[in-house]
Amino acid sequence: MTTTNTPAAFPATSLEAPRSGRIDPKYLRSKTSSGSFEMAAWVFMRFSGIALVVLIFVHLWVNLMSGGGIAQIDFGFVAGKWANPVWQFWDLVMLWLAMLHGANGMRTIINDYAEKDSTRLWLKTILVLGAAIIVVLGTLVIFTFEPCMLDAAGEQLPRAVCPS
Amino acid sequence: MTRTRGTLYRGREGMWSWVAHRITGVGIFFFLLVHVLDTSLVRVSPEAYDAVIGAYKNPVMILGEIGLVGAIVFHAFNGLRIILVDFWKKGTRYHKQMLWGVLALWLVTMVAFSARHVMLFLEGGH
Repeated sequence: MTTTNTPAAFPATSLEAPRSGRIDPKYLRSKTSSGSFEMAAWVFMRFSGIALVVLIFVHLWVNLMSGGGIAQIDFGFVAGKWANPVWQFWDLVMLWLAMLHGANGMRTIINDYAEKDSTRLWLKTILVLGAAIIVVLGTLVIFTFEPCMLDAAGEQLPRAVCPS
Repeated sequence: MTRTRGTLYRGREGMWSWVAHRITGVGIFFFLLVHVLDTSLVRVSPEAYDAVIGAYKNPVMILGEIGLVGAIVFHAFNGLRIILVDFWKKGTRYHKQMLWGVLALWLVTMVAFSARHVMLFLEGGH
């Protein structure tokens, strides 16, 4: 059987745009305010995405494309960058936005592919815990970084960066 | 009966860009977990950090880094395309053309990145 979409079958001029009002309440997907969380998440993905393009492209440019590239990266390089509050702030914002953006993307994927309620709950619990641990750890590392690391005896550790 | 051309979405540019966006996204997410952990070694000792970061400086990892940056650059450019599809009035009409633009930009960026990354690695004397 063949069906053709003749103009008569789709009188486009008389079709309402989706969700343009006059919808019977029984067809509305969300009866509670939970819809606003998904809307906020959708907006967040777009705005954090734009910010992350700038944050990460500059991160890659400064660390891998300028100076000595990958060969230059060592403890002293990190110490040099984090001596500047701008880079501390840069890395902090990048860490938080990237983890939230990535975790929300993973949440979407879990919702799409894990069919059992209990599986979804478990996976999302692990995801939230993992993301929280990484964000807290990374934040602490940025703010407690000590370029002049000493051992228990107060001696400078090899390769530590201390004022001479 | 001849096979119908199919839908506007399935098996076409829209679907494959969606698949690629997911795969690159998941890959970048797991790298981010590892990357925060390896950077955290700066709180253990300078030598521990240098030893682990040194693992990124060998020919196999250089290829891996090119793959990682390739995933990031695709996800970034395709993400901007998604934003244009969502917010630009003509976004849906030109989504395929924009995908070809994304792929062209990706190729140019990756040729430049790969060349410089390999050059700097070789200059680093490893």
